[in-house]
Amino acid sequence: MQERKFRVMVAKPGLDGHDRGARILARCFRDAGFEVVYTGCHQTPEQIASSAIQEDVDLVGLSCLSGAHLALFPKVVELLREKGAGDIAVIGGGIIPEQDFPSLYDAGIKAIFTPGASLDSIVAWIKTNIKPH
Amino acid sequence: MDSTIKKICEGDVRTASRLIRDIEDKRPEARATMKKLYPHTGKSFIVGVTGAPGAGKSTLTDALISAFRKLNKTVGVLAIDPTSPFTGGAILGDRIRMSRHAEDDGVFIRSLATRGALGGLSYAAGNAILVMEAMGKDMILVETVGIGQQEIDIINHAHSVVVVLVPGMGDEIQTMKAGLMEIADVFVINKADRSGAGQLQTELTSMLNLLPGTANDWKPPIVMVGSAFDPASFAEDTTALARKIEEHHGYLQESGKLAERMSRKAMAEIKDALSSHLMEPLMHSLTASGELKKLSEKTKNRISDPYTIVEEIAQRFFKKDH
Repeated sequence: MQERKFRVMVAKPGLDGHDRGARILARCFRDAGFEVVYTGCHQTPEQIASSAIQEDVDLVGLSCLSGAHLALFPKVVELLREKGAGDIAVIGGGIIPEQDFPSLYDAGIKAIFTPGASLDSIVAWIKTNIKPH
Repeated sequence: MDSTIKKICEGDVRTASRLIRDIEDKRPEARATMKKLYPHTGKSFIVGVTGAPGAGKSTLTDALISAFRKLNKTVGVLAIDPTSPFTGGAILGDRIRMSRHAEDDGVFIRSLATRGALGGLSYAAGNAILVMEAMGKDMILVETVGIGQQEIDIINHAHSVVVVLVPGMGDEIQTMKAGLMEIADVFVINKADRSGAGQLQTELTSMLNLLPGTANDWKPPIVMVGSAFDPASFAEDTTALARKIEEHHGYLQESGKLAERMSRKAMAEIKDALSSHLMEPLMHSLTASGELKKLSEKTKNRISDPYTIVEEIAQRFFKKDH
């Protein structure tokens, strides 16, 4: 039997339109052999959560460079749990001050990657920590 | 009823999407589920949207979702994008154009990667359509991967095919060619505000005038759709497109041609099942055992030939009970 293929979603919640980083990550996940659903910018947490369920992804990667991560990231986790999809892991990246890490982890964000994190390290983290459904 | 089947028939997105994934990942248990699901399929109207990369298929699909939702129809969408031949990865980016429908419970959008299929669809597409049928979707829109001239597997799975063209892709001879130009039930000239749209319309019209058949036969209409950046006129144009698709549906029902299309689809379903039930396990076993490699060596060195080898393989495999 062939192995499950990783399905991941890269999404940009909120009003931030800077998606260079998100696109590079999407591309890097593609090159790692994942199927990558890219939603584009300006997504509401509600759109992200329901898209993630429709696509049956194993992981949602959120990117936010505008400072709204504390409001937006936990909301996605919360909505996924409400919809019975708490098993879909959520990770975050972008301009995120270290003092915000604890509350994001508490809210259920599984990992946070900030500028300087290598692409390889992000892929390696996913392969180690996420098991496809 | 089996709980999985019940959930899917009630429209449960999580269960349906997981089953589609099981099919994509070739889980053996998926076939058993499909067997039980099959009696609940066959009531949706299936529309294919096909055309070259960047022609505007996703944007048109998004507009069609809106148009059909206004008619109170539930909509399923399968959006197909290519798989990398090198890494097996894929960027599934069609949803970007459809995000305004993400929260609508009457719309289920699922992206599929081709995973090596060459006909413009994913090999799981036929089964994914069936899953959406069982969910009770009134309309299922299947957006193919961006295609060229003859990746036209969509005709085997859709009842109605929309071919999306854009101006500036070659001269009149292109409209005469076999393949893509023959499969349209409705033509769209998209980005019709651009130069060359009128000429393309003339060329298409003269091609269509040469179609054989009587006045009672369906003649593919040409719908001009202008820039999506002019929302008011774009909405008007795409509503006209939705109306043409509805008209074609009506024509298929009245003329009895819908039954023909449904048998074509059933035939494709059998071929898909044959290939996943017979060909794939066979290729898998030949590859995994290393036999394929040995046989290709034999062939290369002219010790044997492909024809004899296939006869031997067929004797060995098809005697077994599958």
